[in-house]
Amino acid sequence: MYRYDDRDRTLVKERVRQFRDQMERYLAGALTEDQFRPLRLQNGLYIQRLAPMLRISIPYGLISAQQLRRLARIAREYDKGYAHFTTRQNVQFNWPQLEEIPAILEELAEVEMHAIQTSGNCVRNITTDEFAGVAPDEVEDPRPWCELVRQWATFHPEFAFLPRKFKIAISGSERDRAAIQIHDIGLALYRNANGEVRVQVLVGGGLGRTPILGETIHEALEPRHLRTYLDAILRVYNRYGRRDNKYKARIKILVKAWGVQEFARRVEREWQSLKDGPNTITEAELAHFRSFFTTPEYQAPAAGTEAAIQAQAGADRAFSRWLERNVRPHRAPGYAAVTLSLKPVGIPPGDVTDAQLEAIADLAETFSFGEARVTHHQNLVFADVPRAELYRLWRELKSLGFATPTIGTLSDIICCPGGDFCSLANAKSIPIAEAIQREFDDLDYLYDLGDLSLNISGCMNACGHHHVGNIGILGVDKKGEEFYQIQIGGDAGSDAALGQVLGPSFYAPEVPTVIGRILETYIQLRSEGETFVETYRRVGVAPFKERVYAKAA
Amino acid sequence: MPKLLKKRALVEDRWLRLGPGEEPPTCADTPLLVPLETWRSHRGTLASRRPEHLGVWLDGDAEPAELEADLQRFACVAVRFPSFTDGRGFSCARLLREQQGYQGELRAIGDIFPDQLHYLQRCGFDSFELADDVPLDTALRCLDAFSTSYQKTGTEPH
Repeated sequence: MYRYDDRDRTLVKERVRQFRDQMERYLAGALTEDQFRPLRLQNGLYIQRLAPMLRISIPYGLISAQQLRRLARIAREYDKGYAHFTTRQNVQFNWPQLEEIPAILEELAEVEMHAIQTSGNCVRNITTDEFAGVAPDEVEDPRPWCELVRQWATFHPEFAFLPRKFKIAISGSERDRAAIQIHDIGLALYRNANGEVRVQVLVGGGLGRTPILGETIHEALEPRHLRTYLDAILRVYNRYGRRDNKYKARIKILVKAWGVQEFARRVEREWQSLKDGPNTITEAELAHFRSFFTTPEYQAPAAGTEAAIQAQAGADRAFSRWLERNVRPHRAPGYAAVTLSLKPVGIPPGDVTDAQLEAIADLAETFSFGEARVTHHQNLVFADVPRAELYRLWRELKSLGFATPTIGTLSDIICCPGGDFCSLANAKSIPIAEAIQREFDDLDYLYDLGDLSLNISGCMNACGHHHVGNIGILGVDKKGEEFYQIQIGGDAGSDAALGQVLGPSFYAPEVPTVIGRILETYIQLRSEGETFVETYRRVGVAPFKERVYAKAA
Repeated sequence: MPKLLKKRALVEDRWLRLGPGEEPPTCADTPLLVPLETWRSHRGTLASRRPEHLGVWLDGDAEPAELEADLQRFACVAVRFPSFTDGRGFSCARLLREQQGYQGELRAIGDIFPDQLHYLQRCGFDSFELADDVPLDTALRCLDAFSTSYQKTGTEPH
């Protein structure tokens, strides 16, 4: 993974010093509440319903064992003993003391971590595929590009006061696992007919109040121009994006207002003065970034490994279920990528305790070259596990509660913190996730349903990505009461789609029953081998709607 | 009276700044900073002033490319920030410096505060209007917040 050089270390150290000074001036009354707000947000500090919340950056989801241990220590010493992994591959602490934030930032800086630009109207953490570097369908490792874009975006002097937040995702595989179509900018790395890397540039995707899928403005950008082209896009957005209404301030609204062709033309024009300038990426620079993401020293698999796994799976149903759902193929023979489920029933999705973080760090060192990845599904991944060790790893994970064999099923719910924690939320979301997990806890039933994503957001800001869940649940407030609107047919992958609202919303206790009716409809209507979303695409929303609202008819 | 941070010192602002629609004084001895609109409407009389006494101010949403022909005659160009959260002025400054090649004084005015000085400077501003209660040491600490950077902007040594 990337390691800091002197410049990175200097910048992070100077940032801590800067923030300590800002906090002192704020507490002394020299900075107003309004002035301090963007400063603290660009350090990931929210003032929340119950306490300040600190969001820490995990650049493109990569984290080392040492960093996990440091998060554990922070959770223990500055928080209530747990941390929360988010849908943007970051981690949040929900109970720090305001005065201790600079000390926490110092603790983070020691292990090459920070909270820079994890909030505020600036370019946020860059996200990517959690299987980057190991996925069999990868054509270009996105991680060096992520680091390059991370550095470009960090403390960019021109773009610290954008109209609104700005999110960039990068994918380098045939199947998009980074949800690039729902980002302000999505970058798809691919190889052209001559085998050269090119970048397809999408803009204007996003969820929130106005969910829109991104559209292509450049089909085949030469990668050396990536930085100057990003500068051009951001400059056009910074200058012309709406600032009069925060709900219409994202780049998607500008792209929609101008039309994607006109937007592309304006970017192209702006780019002419930046192209081939000092920010053009050199071969040497790219080689430098690539040098951090080399292949670990894989060992050739021992003979008989697969036969042994077969035997273990045959003897242990739980292990075979886990192999089926939580283990993915790897490009290196004899290796696998393993997803640790952070969704056991009864625990808010993405929550882990200090002791669990330390145990994960130990396991990462034993089984996966000392690294882990955070996924936008709020799980963790060990990307480089020898297949011969799968059974041993499974037993360890099982005892820790991270082997719930439900990855990619209905029970692997993406869920924002919701009304229990977040001051923006209209409704609670975690209790809804738990009620659904409890209602549908039969593994055979979950497996029969197959791949099915269920995403929950507690408000329109859509941190739980409800629009792109195969089933999406949105908390809404009606005259002070919490209701839940349900939509179906969303998809975050290569065939990205926004869900369609079924109809009037429901009280919390009705939600599991409604989900049950949707599932029954799918089971009745599906053809052999058809997933939920495929059936939906074939039959449309009507049969689901009829079944769900049958009682009222 | 707001102060001006220039060449790392707090100095008095010697420029007389006109508001929108204000008539330019006939006296030619005072350095005059006029709204862009006033420059356009009074070009004939203003153009006869000594170049070192002539400047314009504009809002962050102005199009620097439209100034092209006139730009080099101004001793001072000021970009106004209507609110400190409005970041258009940062882009405007880079365009003036890097696209239009403006080399005179580039001043940030309006609603800015010390914690923005570092980025403002990196975008090409070299003088800054500050509230009069801002101590010089705070301003300089903010100006020097970072000793290195990831990006190359046109006015910095690469």
